[in-house]
Amino acid sequence: MSPLASYLLVSALLFSIGLAGALTRRNAILVLVGIELMLNAANLNFIAFWRYGPNPEALTGIMFAIFAIGVAAAEAAVGLALIISIFRHYKTTNLDQINSMRG
Amino acid sequence: MSGEVTLPFFILGVLTIVGAAAALTLRNLVHCVLALMLAFVGLAGLYLQLDAQFIGFAQILVYIGAVAILIVFAILLTRGAESPSQSIVSPSWASGSVVSVVVFGILAWTIRSSVATRHSTPLQPEVTVKQIGNALMSRFALPLEVIGLLLTAALVGAVTIAMQDKQEMK
Repeated sequence: MSPLASYLLVSALLFSIGLAGALTRRNAILVLVGIELMLNAANLNFIAFWRYGPNPEALTGIMFAIFAIGVAAAEAAVGLALIISIFRHYKTTNLDQINSMRG
Repeated sequence: MSGEVTLPFFILGVLTIVGAAAALTLRNLVHCVLALMLAFVGLAGLYLQLDAQFIGFAQILVYIGAVAILIVFAILLTRGAESPSQSIVSPSWASGSVVSVVVFGILAWTIRSSVATRHSTPLQPEVTVKQIGNALMSRFALPLEVIGLLLTAALVGAVTIAMQDKQEMK
């Protein structure tokens, strides 16, 4: 197996673990953690394709990964603020107990 | 070194996958975040293996330094530190795991049969932080401004959302 394929396989496994966590866990914080893992898997793909791609001196993969890290940080901050706000209202972070919109 | 999986890659890959799996299966939420940090460390090591030093250190700074601490804050503020007494998985966990296994199967099959992974390994690229800075200030100046605006908006928005309402406090 070529190095690129092995990096892509690790990234695919990481993405699937994140997807499974986001779809199956009850706690909203862990759903956010699953989404973070999926974003990290995408970043690993960017860097692997940049390293083994045809012209790495163009820096495109590195730049995209830098901007993805920035967007992921902003997403984590807003998501956790939303979870804290929801917890203040419903006194729980379990997603299946948050089932009314104007409770 | 082309053509086979090296030992550092194997160790870092196993570290990342085990950390990610533990982060989403443990019961105690604080233990989950510690396992998540392990996965982030493994990912930073993988970036260093791929000769992307800047991204590796940015990963350590941003994810282990900021995002993980933020998640710990959120867990402690929502009283999630004690282990939950009821089930940790949602009622629809079976369909969720089937979907993720199918997604992994499709991705793995595509990677195995792709022609893009059969090229020979190019030479090690020489990328310095100076080059990255120059590119950020010239070719990627507009995206840099946009991401600055996005981060400012996210900062203000997070504070606004998490701030307590005046009516709630009465």
